[in-house]
Amino acid sequence: MSNSMITAENLTKRFGDFVAVDHISFEVNKGEIFGFLGANGAGKTTAMRMLCGLSLPTSGKGTVAGFDIYKDNEKIKQNIGYMSQKFSLYDDLTVKENMRFYGGIYGMTNDFIRKKTAFILHHLHLEKEGDVLVKSLPLGWKQKLAFSVAIFHEPQIVFLDEPTGGVDPVTRREFWSMIYQAAELGITIFVTTHYMDEAEYCNRVSIMVDGKVEALDTPAQLKRTYAAASMDEVFLKLARKAVRGE
Amino acid sequence: MNAVVVENIIKTYGKKKEVQALDDISFEVNKGELFGLIGPDGAGKTSLFRILTTLLLADSGTAKVDSLDVVKDFKAIRKRVGYMPGRFSLYQDLSVEENLEFFATIFNTSIDENYDLIKDIYVQIEPFRKRKAGKLSGGMKQKLALSCALIHRPSVLFLDEPTTGVDAVSRKEFWEMLKGLKQQGITMLVSTPYMDEAALCDKVALIQKGKILSIDTPVGITEKFGRPLMAVRSSRMLQLLQQVKELPGVQDAYPFGEYHHVVLKEDDAVAPLLDFIRTRKDEGAEITVVTPDIEDCFIALMKTDT
Repeated sequence: MSNSMITAENLTKRFGDFVAVDHISFEVNKGEIFGFLGANGAGKTTAMRMLCGLSLPTSGKGTVAGFDIYKDNEKIKQNIGYMSQKFSLYDDLTVKENMRFYGGIYGMTNDFIRKKTAFILHHLHLEKEGDVLVKSLPLGWKQKLAFSVAIFHEPQIVFLDEPTGGVDPVTRREFWSMIYQAAELGITIFVTTHYMDEAEYCNRVSIMVDGKVEALDTPAQLKRTYAAASMDEVFLKLARKAVRGE
Repeated sequence: MNAVVVENIIKTYGKKKEVQALDDISFEVNKGELFGLIGPDGAGKTSLFRILTTLLLADSGTAKVDSLDVVKDFKAIRKRVGYMPGRFSLYQDLSVEENLEFFATIFNTSIDENYDLIKDIYVQIEPFRKRKAGKLSGGMKQKLALSCALIHRPSVLFLDEPTTGVDAVSRKEFWEMLKGLKQQGITMLVSTPYMDEAALCDKVALIQKGKILSIDTPVGITEKFGRPLMAVRSSRMLQLLQQVKELPGVQDAYPFGEYHHVVLKEDDAVAPLLDFIRTRKDEGAEITVVTPDIEDCFIALMKTDT
């Protein structure tokens, strides 16, 4: 079996006349932190939905964790984790109830759920907050907890959609150190962000413009290619070329 | 002359007042100033804006907008301020033009009367004036919301997180629009969780957990950083961060884009750090002195606060 956790080959999605995702091709390796950038409306969300098995492509090929995105989309859902800024945990369930709920959904045994819950609470120093409603936690804690829950069932790959939006700079860095730890354990990370300093923390970064992947490389190489001092500059150079709006 | 004066504002939520949204906040904004309220979600930015736009009552403290009291004179304030909430709040089933006309009529004015003020922004969406607001793209919605908030020529404009979730290109464009409005003499209060936007304001307040950590010009804030700051990098970034943190004389170290920033306790700690980096065997070890930016200051203030 190859080392690729995600393969996309000419992956395309049309909505009527509109080509939301236009023949994108790339591979993401096991344990890699892959940054998926693009302006609003570039097609990131549509591409991500196809990779998560939530939307069927119009054409092209793709596999996630070795499963075909057309045929095995249910298998894909079982083997990935997902977290976004907008939706992650249930506010009116306690910390422990959220873990129990997600563990149950993914078919984990009671024993596994109990051990894993204890481990996460200890790891996040949230032992005292186990029975607290999630809505009463500060946003930064919520986001860190949401990430732990997204990888609760030990998926091979986790999709993070703007996980750090609106989070304070200290927590944002703590969050990224959790991402690094997960990657060290072999979990592949697929992450979108609007913070360009976070693009630097990725092993490789792709930048989508008007439905196409315009650039894909390590941050260092991208800066060389586009003669830019920072990823911010690389992004601006590429995204300014965009023709279509959102 | 002050456009906004806030004195000892306290706001709590919950039956037992257990959630402290604003904890004794005081500041002033001069007329014509572009004032930034910089802080993460949950810092209290929206509560403050809602108090200043007379949509929420503070527990205690006073606030004035254009010398009018936010409690006593709320009706007068509502006539003169513009408010663009964080959530898109226009009528989705009215067209672009209808929304603008609606807001103009409510404020007893017309589009023609104040067209010069919104022209630069509105021309960009005018080709779509018959389109329903709900069908606009995010960027266009934002331009329409700004046009509607401006149509009565407010003296003070409140913009609550106008750039949240917006990509880097659109964020730059939005700030260009605000610069244009500043030329027209409108006082603006803008809130944002993006630290890099602070540099674009005349004055900023860094806010966290309902408290102002620091308030000054962007340059003034960074000048108060008060410790040597170095940027380091090498081919082994994770290991480098852990090792640097353990060096004596290092106050703090954290990832910062392609570098790690290292805050030193005093000037004498610079030389040992230089030696440590220069004697490293791994590839591309590098060290430079850097000027702290707003994010460095925010991190330092957050850590001294707790």
